[in-house]
Amino acid sequence: MSKMVGVDVGGTFTDVFVLDEATGQARVAKVPTTRPDQSGGFLNGIGQQIDDLAGIAVVVHGTTAGTNALLERKGARVGVITTQGLSDVLEMRRRDRPRTWGLRGDFEPVVPRDRRLEVPERVLADGTIRVAVDLDAVRDAARRLIDLGCAAVAVLFANAYANPENERAAVEAVRAIWPNDHVAASSEILPEIREFERFSTTALNAYLQPEVAGYLDRLETALKGGGFTGEFMIVQSNGGVMGVETACRLPVRTALSGPAAGVIAAGYIAQTAGFADVITGDVGGTSFDVSLVANGQSMLAAQTSIDFGMVVRTPMIEIATIGAGGGSIAWVDKGGLLNIGPESAGSDPGPVAYGRGNDRPTVTDANVVLGRIDPESPIGGTLERLDVEAARAAIDTHVGTPLGLDTMAAAEAILTVANSRMAGAIRLVSIERGFDPKRFSYMPFGGGGALHAGAILADVGLARAIVPRFPGVTSAMGCVIADMRQDFVQTLNVMADQVDETALAAVMQTHADEGLAMLDAAQSRFEARDIRFELDMAYVGQTHTVAVPLPVAVTEGRVTPPTRAQIAEAFDLAYHATYGRLLQNGTRRVMNLRSAVIGRRPKFDLSALAPDPGGSMQSAFKTQREVHFGDRWHKTAIYDRLSLPVGAIVQGPAILEQLDTTILIEPDLQGTVDPYGNVIIERRI
Amino acid sequence: MSEIDPITLAVLAGRMEQIADEMDATLFRAAFNPIIAEAHDASHGLYHAVTGDTLVQGKSGLPIFVGVMAFAVKAVIDKAAANGDLADGDIYIFNDAHLGGTHLSDMRLVRPYFHNGELFCYLASVGHWHDVGGAVPGNYNPSATDAFQEAFVLPPVRIARAGVIQQDVIDILMRNTRLPQSAQGDLNGQLGALDLGVKRLDALLDEYGAETVAAALDALGHRAEALMRSELEGLPDGRWEAEDFLDNDGITDMPLPIRVALEITGDRMVLDFEGTAPVTAGPVNIALPTAVATAYVAIKHIFPALPANAGVMRPIEVRVPDGSLLSAEFPAPVGGYTETILRMIDVMFSAMAQAAPERVVANAYGTINALSIAGKRANGAPWVMFSFFGGGHGGSIESDGLNHGNAPISTATIPPLEILEAAYPVMFKEWSLRPDSAGAGAHRGGLGAVYEIELLEESARAFLFGERGRFAPKGIAGGGDGAMNHFEYQQDDGWHAPPMSSKMLGMALRRGQSVRLETPGGGGYGPASERDPKAVARDVALGFLSEDNATALYGPAWQGVAP
Repeated sequence: MSKMVGVDVGGTFTDVFVLDEATGQARVAKVPTTRPDQSGGFLNGIGQQIDDLAGIAVVVHGTTAGTNALLERKGARVGVITTQGLSDVLEMRRRDRPRTWGLRGDFEPVVPRDRRLEVPERVLADGTIRVAVDLDAVRDAARRLIDLGCAAVAVLFANAYANPENERAAVEAVRAIWPNDHVAASSEILPEIREFERFSTTALNAYLQPEVAGYLDRLETALKGGGFTGEFMIVQSNGGVMGVETACRLPVRTALSGPAAGVIAAGYIAQTAGFADVITGDVGGTSFDVSLVANGQSMLAAQTSIDFGMVVRTPMIEIATIGAGGGSIAWVDKGGLLNIGPESAGSDPGPVAYGRGNDRPTVTDANVVLGRIDPESPIGGTLERLDVEAARAAIDTHVGTPLGLDTMAAAEAILTVANSRMAGAIRLVSIERGFDPKRFSYMPFGGGGALHAGAILADVGLARAIVPRFPGVTSAMGCVIADMRQDFVQTLNVMADQVDETALAAVMQTHADEGLAMLDAAQSRFEARDIRFELDMAYVGQTHTVAVPLPVAVTEGRVTPPTRAQIAEAFDLAYHATYGRLLQNGTRRVMNLRSAVIGRRPKFDLSALAPDPGGSMQSAFKTQREVHFGDRWHKTAIYDRLSLPVGAIVQGPAILEQLDTTILIEPDLQGTVDPYGNVIIERRI
Repeated sequence: MSEIDPITLAVLAGRMEQIADEMDATLFRAAFNPIIAEAHDASHGLYHAVTGDTLVQGKSGLPIFVGVMAFAVKAVIDKAAANGDLADGDIYIFNDAHLGGTHLSDMRLVRPYFHNGELFCYLASVGHWHDVGGAVPGNYNPSATDAFQEAFVLPPVRIARAGVIQQDVIDILMRNTRLPQSAQGDLNGQLGALDLGVKRLDALLDEYGAETVAAALDALGHRAEALMRSELEGLPDGRWEAEDFLDNDGITDMPLPIRVALEITGDRMVLDFEGTAPVTAGPVNIALPTAVATAYVAIKHIFPALPANAGVMRPIEVRVPDGSLLSAEFPAPVGGYTETILRMIDVMFSAMAQAAPERVVANAYGTINALSIAGKRANGAPWVMFSFFGGGHGGSIESDGLNHGNAPISTATIPPLEILEAAYPVMFKEWSLRPDSAGAGAHRGGLGAVYEIELLEESARAFLFGERGRFAPKGIAGGGDGAMNHFEYQQDDGWHAPPMSSKMLGMALRRGQSVRLETPGGGGYGPASERDPKAVARDVALGFLSEDNATALYGPAWQGVAP
């Protein structure tokens, strides 16, 4: 019972990371994702590394099951019971539109209007019940929704964050007659002001519940059937893990499960390697995802839109995305300007070189033509070889000829523009968070990230890139690293000098109790327990709140409540840090309390990933190949990445290959293998 | 000017666009007032050193600013030439809408950018301040008959001279706003955005050389122009006319025609607004820069892939008759400019729809419906709830129109009703889609909305500045019109509609009384007879369309069809 297993199921591959805590040994596997039921690939991936499931202490899963169900609109048939006069909130959104320019496009909510039923009830903003809920009407509505074939129901009442009484009564009445567990009120899922965001999150949770609960149940049953007696946990969008029961109740919290685990792993690897400030870049098939970790802390966003109008409000690791991935198509517009994306060939049909019917050149095709990807052994293992000639022809036709460039110059041009866009995304993410990007290291992950690292270093002015030992399975590794975490929110909406200290303390205590109970129920051992409290605060008249960490002591599970004076002081500190000044005579308002209860799981020693001591530069050397950089071909050494010993210094130009990743070291750069098996790419000394 | 290679050009295009984006991000993050911080009513860009033409503009700002900023920069270029002493580190500031377009709430900062002692280009920042004096807090005064009643008017003056901030100018500004803290915060944010722009341009020019960057800017202008010309060449030659009307100017209840003739000849286009109503006493006038910028906004909606670059406008001539409400001279009031430019966009879409319906969407709801309710709480504290309300978008060849969207000139979202109810003594009895409001069509328009708001305090007054109460949003390519705007307010003796339809000043309300705003739907695309009967049946099943209207608009074919 000493093995920890992380499994990340992506669109194309299922990645497995196995850590044996007893021996300190780590192993990885990559198998094709199975569709529509992902549990096949999941079990196959574990089976490749482990014969006996009884030896596993914990399986942690990063899943896209929820995200895919949202994107492909394959959730359950959901009904809504809501306040009279407000049944269109989900469809009206916040009066936005899909794109700034063009005015085209419409929107279908996941719950159509004939399944959104109104009942008499009304709570005012101060919590006063103006109209008590009509429970007969609620029961009638619930029966009607059952007749309409709904598998889940959401109760969505206005101002339920201020007083959940009406919602509680309604949801109790519904539960008494609803045929399954999939019943939730908005105040249970997200007791926070802003009805569209709360309703949307609750409705999407209901939409996912039958689907995700069924999937996780199948997995757990299969694991147990194989002899597994350990703990099964799921990664949340906030980068923490939760028990499978919580995941079944709150599937909406898995919306960014996989990518979040990747960022957690990246932050831990970078910090261990001595670099606490890191920007991660994941080059996928259609997109480039950027996330920022400052001083070891990943940035959390309060909400995201999974698609237009599909808002999920729950803390999640902030990941910015631009449409420039390996499959992004390069094209010349009518004005003669070279563009990359947003159209993408994805992984199917994929780049021209895959030979599956796409004839427009992609970023990957440029890498192939320039010799940076070995056409004889493409990564991933599903293709025999790549069609370099077809890629060349496509680049000639669509880029070279219109711009008057030869093939190689056109391929270089595609990469230059793609790299510049990726660098731009990194700069913008940093600026928006108020950081100078130059103090950060860059960590590429995903299969294609390490091909572009050198160019991004140069463009942004970053000091170094850290290529982790297994960049293609970072998310799976993050599953094993992530802490257990539960987030809570409660809207208070009160002036800071009128905060009811006793009432605030009671809410904080409730959050702490629920969170600690969750940790107690887990089988995992925790090295430490952390409880964090933050207030969303602003000056009156300002809508953007700042997160104000409260210096609150928790002893033996008892919360010492903050005083009004401490709250004011903490706000001033946080506001000044954000805006560089305070407002004279401004009135401080407290909007929300946010609490996080974290169980710190023991971190595994990353030196377990270090290469075997026996390796040498000579044994790692595979061959030489011509690779194009700038305006000419360079004789370039090719190494087996995993065989390079600690301390090895590889001078560019060089290419380091491993099963699922190609690392490019450009002519003016060098790569050093550090004690954890990372390759640190820096300018040549 | 040296020739530039295509790779460097593509990279520089992205880098410069990003400088503008980073300036946007800097202000959004720093701004105090939610109109900038949340609604992004602001914009930044790089402008030509001699002409003021837009070279590059940020992607996140408000659409209307994409065309209008060049006029603000040109106004400063002219003022600086008159002063005769332009220096590195000068920053001009002004809000004069007759020089810089839009309205007086928009504070414009313009800074010459010097590289190695030579003027290279201008950087500019515009942001909507919360309050700039005038008769009405927030500067939305539907009864203003001149600019002085709308706001404090500042011509282009230097807020910094050769890098030295002129505190005197700041003191004047701060004494002329009801919200000096907010104004100071926004001003600091705008100055910070300009500083960042200078820093980033320094780095770019040091890396690539001023000559290369200048060549890139020049080339981007030519390419934008080439793109526009190739788009126009793909359209048929001809001349198409369209007209529509504003309900009234808020003072005299008389319709005001807005007319356009759109003429395409080869790769050129003329937009001629001859026949449009003359300057009015009430605030639905716009200044000439606003009119030209609006043409740009309409064109960018029709051709969304075009860059934000003045080159786009080179093949296009915008003719605005002197003395019309589209070319109002100082001090004619312009506070309601949003209504007028929305109507300009509508007529341009309607004219283009005759040339190439597949390129256009039908008219959107066409009014921002600025509704405010103001009063005093029991403890005497004053309150003002002020918001814009949404409506339906037009149908297109692709799909039905969007239900409850934002105005084409804006990207602002509406606050959640819970935020409004928490801040003000009101309750939304209804916040819903408006049945039977969509224009019929093969692809129908989007639905408008119904907002019914009850007063929870003793008394208050309601103000509305809206339009489309007398003239409906039009369909295109044979599509039907959307429903008109409809506003009512409750009094002791029942419901009433204002005499000016969608404009109303200070109507008294008592506790328990409500106002009800029903906003227009979008126009339809294509003949109603071509709509899939299943889609009609679905709209009936969802309650978007009454059975009677379904049969009246689409015929009986939908009856008995499963949705």
